Amino acid sequence: MVVLGERGGEGGRQEADLALRGIVRRFGPVVALAGVDLSVRPGELLTILGPSGSGKTTLLKIIAGFELPDEGVVDLKGEDITFAPPARRGIGMVFQNYALFPHMTVAQNIAFPLEMRRVPRGEIGRKVASALQLVDLAGLEARLPRELSGGQQQRVALARSVVFDPGLLLLDEPFGALDRKLREQMQLEVKRLQRRLGLTALFVTHDQEEALVLSDRIAVMSEGRIEQLGTPQEIYAHPVNWFVADFIGESNLFRGRLVGSEPGAAFALLDGGVRMAVPASSRYPAGSEVGLLVRPERPRLLTEGRNADNVFSGRVTEVVYVGESVKYRLRIGEQMELLVRWPFRELGATPAVGDSVTVGWSVTDMHLVAWP
Amino acid sequence: MTIAPVGTALRHPGRARSANAGPLLFAALPLAFLFVLFLFPVFRLMLLSVEGGTLEFYEKALTDGLYVKVLLGTLEIGVYVSAACLVLGYPVAHFLATAPRRWAVVGFIFLLLPFWTSLLVRTYAWMVLLGRNGVINRLLLEAGLVTEPLPLLYNMAGVLIGMVHVLLPFMVFPIYSIMHRVDAGLLLAAEGLGASGWQIFRRVYLPLTLPGVLAGTTLVFILSIGFYITPALLGGGRVLMIAVLIEKQVREFLDWGFAAALSMVLLAAALIVYAAFRRLMRSDLQWS
Repeated sequence: MVVLGERGGEGGRQEADLALRGIVRRFGPVVALAGVDLSVRPGELLTILGPSGSGKTTLLKIIAGFELPDEGVVDLKGEDITFAPPARRGIGMVFQNYALFPHMTVAQNIAFPLEMRRVPRGEIGRKVASALQLVDLAGLEARLPRELSGGQQQRVALARSVVFDPGLLLLDEPFGALDRKLREQMQLEVKRLQRRLGLTALFVTHDQEEALVLSDRIAVMSEGRIEQLGTPQEIYAHPVNWFVADFIGESNLFRGRLVGSEPGAAFALLDGGVRMAVPASSRYPAGSEVGLLVRPERPRLLTEGRNADNVFSGRVTEVVYVGESVKYRLRIGEQMELLVRWPFRELGATPAVGDSVTVGWSVTDMHLVAWP
Repeated sequence: MTIAPVGTALRHPGRARSANAGPLLFAALPLAFLFVLFLFPVFRLMLLSVEGGTLEFYEKALTDGLYVKVLLGTLEIGVYVSAACLVLGYPVAHFLATAPRRWAVVGFIFLLLPFWTSLLVRTYAWMVLLGRNGVINRLLLEAGLVTEPLPLLYNMAGVLIGMVHVLLPFMVFPIYSIMHRVDAGLLLAAEGLGASGWQIFRRVYLPLTLPGVLAGTTLVFILSIGFYITPALLGGGRVLMIAVLIEKQVREFLDWGFAAALSMVLLAAALIVYAAFRRLMRSDLQWS
């Protein structure tokens, strides 16, 4: 468990900028949110990651004020804003389709939240200019949104959402409409901007890769609950359950029953009688059904004479080149399929479809999760 | 021997022609219909109005006190009717664009109902409603809201009520079609950025729906200045609109030349209004 308050130590500074407590939202018989607790620390970029229908968008709407919870409390900077109107929350939001006002120029769009706050004219001009500078759009202030590229529109939306120094920045799948290259560039830019302004940000996405790249912490959601909250590394290496293990990254997940451990090692029996060495765990007693997670980059290609805790021979059924590495699908015996991914450079001779290969991995390459 | 350019030599001879001619062929019959029934008579009228090679009819139409007064009065009625239709139609269009489907359908039926009966019948219906002993006055008297019947018929009030009723759908539909396409996310965004309800309307919704407002207003204004039956019946001869005058010239005075000149003046007024609104639309709505 991560210890809270590493930033909160400085003389009574709050531990959380945004705190959600017991948020429940039902739509008729459907429970969209089943009691969500979440704290976002000052200056942190926290991602809510989940498949569609997991409740992440509903949660975002409740934070923004476009939706009200049936139960629970939303605190922003120590103030209860559960029922405050959206206009009073002082939250900046970047929408999925940017929601730029088509009839206003870039400068007018960015000035909008300042005008709504009755900021004096001269100050508006200064703030808009510096916001434009910040997102690298100086010189385009007189353009209309439709005259901008997707990436530029995104920057305008971003500038508009931070120009009034919001207490919280919400980003609702803002990169979905961009092509891959631009998306990766914008992700890094958003991260840089958020750091530089010291903004507390909550980011919603269904794209696990994006979440791993951007986030300080990730909250994985499924069926209206947060399944796991942790840093990208924690979530990738130590998923708490089957869902998280499967949803984050690529994975080999096997179902097995733990059998009585021999000294120093434990074993699991898989369907079809396959025996696999697994890390010893006090969490799961012998006899329990568990999920065995092996990430594709973990198995090694074994040459003659090398050994490992788990050694399997199989036949290559599929080869996919993904630039810097190669993905193989191996068929092992009757029941088992294994996905492996090896850096191109480290491979001597690249196995081809139909080749027989021997792979192996150690028990430390594995992680056990509860079987649902 | 000449060498044909490669492009033309390789092109299938029949291809380009059939691709371009299709839409034209398709539209040929309706276009011919329009030409015969609209453009040709307008052209004849134009010739009639300058018969004898003089502009005396136009001189009379534009200088004679009576005709100038009626012309200005007609434009004035057009302004009143457009303004009233806008004030009444904008909220109706908004209701239709945002109400749950079931209620929107009911709204549309009410709006379209009048189109299923003839204009003449509707106008007579208004006479029944608005007369001294009409339904409205009787209700008002019985309710004790007035002590004597309100003059609602055979005056400006009657004409305006009737015309607004007939023309309201022409205001509602263009506005509705624009409102229907307004991205609700923009209104949420405005709210999230700190705008009050009024500010959202003033700064976002109204500007975004302005194209519909301009289209509807243009349509209603142009239709209203050419109105005949409604002002003739509900105005009881006391509210003169230019179309009523034109009809008088033809039927009572058999002065076809002068009637033609008045028609041309009416047409010119409509075109000027149309051009003005187009200009407004282009300068203000370059974003759409």
